Amino acid sequence: MRPAGDTAGTRAGHLAGIYPALMIGIFFLIPFALMLAVSVAHRVPDGFYEFAFEADNYRRIFEPVYLRTTLFSVGIAALVAAICIAIGFPFTYHLTRLPRRAQVLWLIFILAVLSLSEVLIAFCWQVLLSRTAGIGNVAVWLGLVERASSFYPSFGAVVLALVYLVLPYSVLVLYPPLSRLEPEIPEAARMLGASPLRTFFGTVVPVMRPAITAAAIMIFVFTIGAYLIPQVLGKPEHWTLSVLITDQAVFNANMPFAAALASFLMAITVVLVMAVLWLERRQEAA
Amino acid sequence: MHELALEGVTKRFGTVTAVADVSLAIPGGSFVCFLGPSGCGKTTLLRLIAGLETPSRGRVRLDGQDLTGLPPHRRNIGMVFQSLALFPHLAVGDNVGYGLRIRNVGKAERARRVEELLALVQLDGYGDRAISQLSGGQRQRVAIARALAMEPSLFLLDEPLSALDAKLREAMQVELRQLQQRLGITTIVVTHDQREAMTMSDLIVVMSEARVQQIGPPLEIYRNPANRFVADFIGASNLLTAERAGPGAARIGDLRLAVSGGTETSNEGAVTLLIRPEEVQILGAGAAGPNRIDGTVRFLRDVGASVEIHLDSAAGPLIAVAAPKDCPPLAVGTTTALELPAAALVALDR
Repeated sequence: MRPAGDTAGTRAGHLAGIYPALMIGIFFLIPFALMLAVSVAHRVPDGFYEFAFEADNYRRIFEPVYLRTTLFSVGIAALVAAICIAIGFPFTYHLTRLPRRAQVLWLIFILAVLSLSEVLIAFCWQVLLSRTAGIGNVAVWLGLVERASSFYPSFGAVVLALVYLVLPYSVLVLYPPLSRLEPEIPEAARMLGASPLRTFFGTVVPVMRPAITAAAIMIFVFTIGAYLIPQVLGKPEHWTLSVLITDQAVFNANMPFAAALASFLMAITVVLVMAVLWLERRQEAA
Repeated sequence: MHELALEGVTKRFGTVTAVADVSLAIPGGSFVCFLGPSGCGKTTLLRLIAGLETPSRGRVRLDGQDLTGLPPHRRNIGMVFQSLALFPHLAVGDNVGYGLRIRNVGKAERARRVEELLALVQLDGYGDRAISQLSGGQRQRVAIARALAMEPSLFLLDEPLSALDAKLREAMQVELRQLQQRLGITTIVVTHDQREAMTMSDLIVVMSEARVQQIGPPLEIYRNPANRFVADFIGASNLLTAERAGPGAARIGDLRLAVSGGTETSNEGAVTLLIRPEEVQILGAGAAGPNRIDGTVRFLRDVGASVEIHLDSAAGPLIAVAAPKDCPPLAVGTTTALELPAAALVALDR
């Protein structure tokens, strides 16, 4: 016979499990299901769409322009992730070695930068990189160049603004694991004969590899969804898949194709993330 | 055998002085303990020797060579950290061979040395295990083997045994001492455990409030402490407040005591008298003679191997420890005569 309290406890346990399931259902599964449904719908020219089951939208993805854009999107997201880790990891490592007070001030500053939206960042960089009001004028004033020029639209401008957008996130993601790193671990490497540089690359980086992978994945996923910065600061050939999705959904009113592209982008992202995690686990086992 | 010398080493952190003007010489091949309560500066002193901190003033010399400006990775000093600081991403063998890899020792030679070192700490065949698969005592041994891998000139250990349970700790103390004697390596251990220091060391450096209080062999420090702090910190002690009464004598109220231990510096003024509990003689009722007082038993603790007697006397509260066969039958509330032998009374200035 089971005591009554046990049953009540189990029921409470079930209820606790239902809540997250409910939230995931409402905020993720249902919208995702709707998007999948729309992606196979039939577009009505000069109208909206009607529910159907056709693969035309998916077939269209394999046109060269979309494949090229997909490749470009993955490439630029990976580049931004690499730059953010290269800047963010040493920065966060040194941040965690500072006195507590200085750390808190830095973190407040970084959180403040986070409150800037992508829209604001995109247009601020547009001004900063412009010919009339941008940093080119500073170079003229310093006598470095003859005439100010515009630095956008360009690939560099897109990467620069994207790095600016996601760098604070990479610091915040790397901060907890790095502040848990025992200070005696790098010290032990020093005592065993490793120079400061060798200690950093030979001990700190390998010990922190799981945290670095996690941060890189997050930056990658975050960047691949950015659409305003490439559109504002890039030429059409620097547009990412996210820009094209917005284009289809907002300007062409082609919801089914936009939904198909979005599903495709998501599938690509999930596959890439899984691949990285699988590689990571294999390394761990080795 | 490498000899270490500290000359007037001082370390300040902001306004706090962690180590104040420490000078000491450590003979080659000896086993030394830095002993003191937490916050006394003993770990900072060890880190100054390691090169992980730079002294605000003073010099660190090894065999006469000045190490003061040398970064830690050029000192060839082996160190075991309190947290052990094993590299979690490397297997046991790679942890032990880390220093050898840094020095570009060839793969075959490295493997041979790692096996040798693992055998030295009785972990033969553990080379491929992950650190997470080891017990606390085994991790300890890995940390020791790793620090000894490049045959360092000095071997430093910061509270190495504090994470182990009491029984394992005692076994490791003996093992560490035997290992050190076998290798003949100059070794410094930081500890707050006076029993650990007494068990292992040739020389104890007692520290308190950033300063060295006394340096000496364990028994000398026990029998002839330099001051009140050392007497209180090392072993159990009875500390009596007294007045000096001419050469070799002290007075507590009307009681006059002959004192022959300790180094006299003055014949007048206040003095603290130390007598170890095992030196207090229980004579039974009625006996009279020099250095004798009466004590009333307040509490008895008979643990079989020894009897601990807490007494109230004219000299203040006293604790005596005796073997059961040397102890006359006593009960709480009875009064007995005690002798405080002159040779066991140590006069302390401070």
